[in-house]
Amino acid sequence: MCSAPKQTPTLPAHVDVTKETVIYGVVSHADGSPVPAAYVRLLDSSGEFTAEVVTSATGDYRFFAAPGVWTLSVMHKDGSTRKEVHALEPGLIEAALSL
Amino acid sequence: MSRADALVSADWAEENLNTPGVVFVEVDEDTSAYDGGHIAGAVKLDWKTDLQDQVRRDFVSKEQFEKLLSEKGIGNDDAVILYGGNNNWFAAYAYWYFKLYGHQDVKLLDGGRKKWELDGRELSKDTVSRPATSYKAKDQDTSIRAFRDETIDAIGKKNLVDVRSPDEFSGKLLAPAHLPQEQSQRGGHIPTALNVPWSKAANEDGTFKSDDDLRALYADAGLDTSKETIAYCRIGERSSHTWFALHELLGEENVKNYDGSWTEYGSLVGVPIEKDV
Repeated sequence: MCSAPKQTPTLPAHVDVTKETVIYGVVSHADGSPVPAAYVRLLDSSGEFTAEVVTSATGDYRFFAAPGVWTLSVMHKDGSTRKEVHALEPGLIEAALSL
Repeated sequence: MSRADALVSADWAEENLNTPGVVFVEVDEDTSAYDGGHIAGAVKLDWKTDLQDQVRRDFVSKEQFEKLLSEKGIGNDDAVILYGGNNNWFAAYAYWYFKLYGHQDVKLLDGGRKKWELDGRELSKDTVSRPATSYKAKDQDTSIRAFRDETIDAIGKKNLVDVRSPDEFSGKLLAPAHLPQEQSQRGGHIPTALNVPWSKAANEDGTFKSDDDLRALYADAGLDTSKETIAYCRIGERSSHTWFALHELLGEENVKNYDGSWTEYGSLVGVPIEKDV
């Protein structure tokens, strides 16, 4: 089985990834197919809401956070999931989420 | 005001999609959301191009608002039901904006797009056109809109409610984390402001919490309801959500939304700022 090319987020042109802490990834079903229109929340280390995005047609989501410990929480009519993310420093941090 | 005057449920909305005199209006930050599917019959408002002056930073004028609503086919006597993405942030902003220009019958769809989608309710891609009207707006009701000088004067005197996330309040983040963080203004908050994130007023499906929960939330945060209140966030949309909770759901009378919010305050020369990081 060949490996899929490494996914990188599509970023606005002016974004400096040496300064931004970008947490991104794909929400997928258990069979690996992407989940569009899922609601992904970014919660801070106290569990408080920080931001929410809706996944794209390809299941992608993206946040501009800061170094720290974050929790991703996904809601969709087909299911939900949560995942903790440790962002130690600025840069691209990928977190795949499976319903 | 009370909940029944200001909110409708998704069930009510579904039963009234074709009711004459009821107009559904979607308002989004991501304005492509509407094009991918909207509530049947709903018209779209773009908060950035339709509701903001395109040159200076301010709202559209009364005459421009009249022209906009007339073109969208919204009449003075129509019941306007607003909904949108981002947990109804921009729908709440539009609600406040409609009230600012004196529209009487306007309500929010509780839970907005999110609850509608999570419920698996139907969305339509049909083009919507409504016959034009001759809408007449009133002069701005500035009893619900705060400007910067009033906000600075309110430090230590009125309730200032910063409804951004704790990390924006502390100065760790400059914008909600779905947006890039590089900004020109300083981070932090207005001294003496309480931090009551807008999200605490909503359930995870985007619906508003009960009146009892909301009252307890603001009481526990130290909001003194005998004083006037000014709510702010980054650009005035999340604080519209909190203004809605306080003024429309709980019936608190002296509540204003500071739409200049942090993007204005955090850029002012010489004003005090508190920062926790």
